[in-house]
Amino acid sequence: MAVWCILLSCYLAVIVIFMAIPASLGISFGIRNLYLATLYKVFEFGRKTIQSKQGIRSSVIDKKTVQPSHAHLPRNRSFGTFQREFRLDDIVEFCVNGVEAILDDDVTKRFSAEELESWNLLTRTNENYHYISVKLTIMWLLGCFVRYIILFPMRFIVLLIGLGSLVTSRIIIAQLPKSKHWLDDKTMLVSFRIIARAVSAVITFHNKENIANGGGICVANHTTPIDVLILMCDRCYSLVGQRQPGFFGFIERTLAKTQDHIWFERTEMKDRLIVTRRLREHVEDPSKNPILIFPEGTCINNTSVMMFKKGSFEIGGDVYPYDPTFGNAFWNSSVEGFGMYVFLLLTNWALVCDVWYLPKTTLRDDETAAQFANRVKTEIARQGGLVDLIWDGQLKRTSVKPEFRQRRQEDYASTLKID
Amino acid sequence: MGLKSSTLLQEEDIEELQNETGFSPNQIRRLYCRFSSLDKATKGTLSREDFICIPELAINPIGERIIDAFFMNEDSQERGEQTCNFRQFVKTLAHFRPLDESTENPLNTREKKLHFAFKIYDLDNDGKISKEDLMQVLENVDMNAKMSIRFLA
Repeated sequence: MAVWCILLSCYLAVIVIFMAIPASLGISFGIRNLYLATLYKVFEFGRKTIQSKQGIRSSVIDKKTVQPSHAHLPRNRSFGTFQREFRLDDIVEFCVNGVEAILDDDVTKRFSAEELESWNLLTRTNENYHYISVKLTIMWLLGCFVRYIILFPMRFIVLLIGLGSLVTSRIIIAQLPKSKHWLDDKTMLVSFRIIARAVSAVITFHNKENIANGGGICVANHTTPIDVLILMCDRCYSLVGQRQPGFFGFIERTLAKTQDHIWFERTEMKDRLIVTRRLREHVEDPSKNPILIFPEGTCINNTSVMMFKKGSFEIGGDVYPYDPTFGNAFWNSSVEGFGMYVFLLLTNWALVCDVWYLPKTTLRDDETAAQFANRVKTEIARQGGLVDLIWDGQLKRTSVKPEFRQRRQEDYASTLKID
Repeated sequence: MGLKSSTLLQEEDIEELQNETGFSPNQIRRLYCRFSSLDKATKGTLSREDFICIPELAINPIGERIIDAFFMNEDSQERGEQTCNFRQFVKTLAHFRPLDESTENPLNTREKKLHFAFKIYDLDNDGKISKEDLMQVLENVDMNAKMSIRFLA
């Protein structure tokens, strides 16, 4: 019994000394980099083995580059110079386009986890690869062993330490007088860094000179709820978001104890007004932390950027586009709960991401809020190498508005003869 | 998902579909992946709502008509049930295979491609309107080029 106690405390001590403490000080022994380099080699080997057995292609059909169908139809260059009438075969293009969308579309696949170039030994199979070779099966079994038996308990303990320090520091600081701002921020950073270590996050921050000062709004693309965690490793932000139930809600309330975070109910109109007012006040106060907003309003799988909600851009103030790019971290909230998601993260290989701080931009005089939102979105997509989509992220939950279809119909009608 | 889709799709089913539609086994597996990802409730069949969930299809002016095509039973020419199984799904898509002399198949002929376009106009689905008229109008249209999608191997 005593032996077990000693072993257990040694285990804990190793975790604290090698993971928690370096994390809180923001230093690294380079173990993670070594670990990652090894992983890349293993994946590369796996990919080659699979490819030699089976050809890999990532999509179903050879889709022509996205091109709205009306582009093929001749346009009226000017009235009278070119007129055309409705033809029965006009339907054919719409028809092929529609069927192509059924086979492979740009929007819905952004809501499921990204298809990977190489098999990462996480799932038993990537697409249709069942049994491929003995070597690969052994590798997969070894991978399971490492992830579930070795990594998972260690990470879980680190996560507990991180969460513990977050919650206790919040409770203690809430008792202290308001002036302890620096202590507040420091303990936040420390806790978040420890939690980030629990998912083996390897974060590279680029262009640190563009990091936000007080006040203002920062926008970033959204892949998972832990985007916040990643960004918080470098600087404290005030958060705005949907009030969540359960464990996540508990964390939200704890954070709000000492800092100005704004949690609201998405569907309530009255809440929205209050949020807008609070945002405006917050932005104008340079002594407060910048507000972090994910204007897509939902998690996208990190291959693209979807329409930015214009609401957050109507307030004014500065906008700092950020860009965290992730490994396999996409959270499909409509399929799995947050608890399950955390478990998956803890048994993931690692979480590699880059954060780019982009120069701050402000609303130009001749721009509407929607145009401004679009400009920032394009900027982020360009930096992160993501596909810039005009679709609304809410399509994950709702269906397309009828106006969209009407626009397509009008487009087509405009190519026809005018009387 | 990968594991599930490969176990649910039996080798003999693939072979049968291959003979029926002319798709390669790999293409059929790939289509099955797509089918299962569209089938959000994992019922094994697709409903109209599943199709409408594809935004690019929902904005298509004739999107509804295209969806209808997936719910029509080939043999009886009647508007079928409100679900579309994998077999119907693949068979409907097979109309869009490019015509290829070497792998001849009854589903992707010029006639069938025309028929697909015709059904889009045939709103009341009595099959009567004027197939001949349509054929005449479309005489000079290269149906094979226009009504084909290149499926990857």
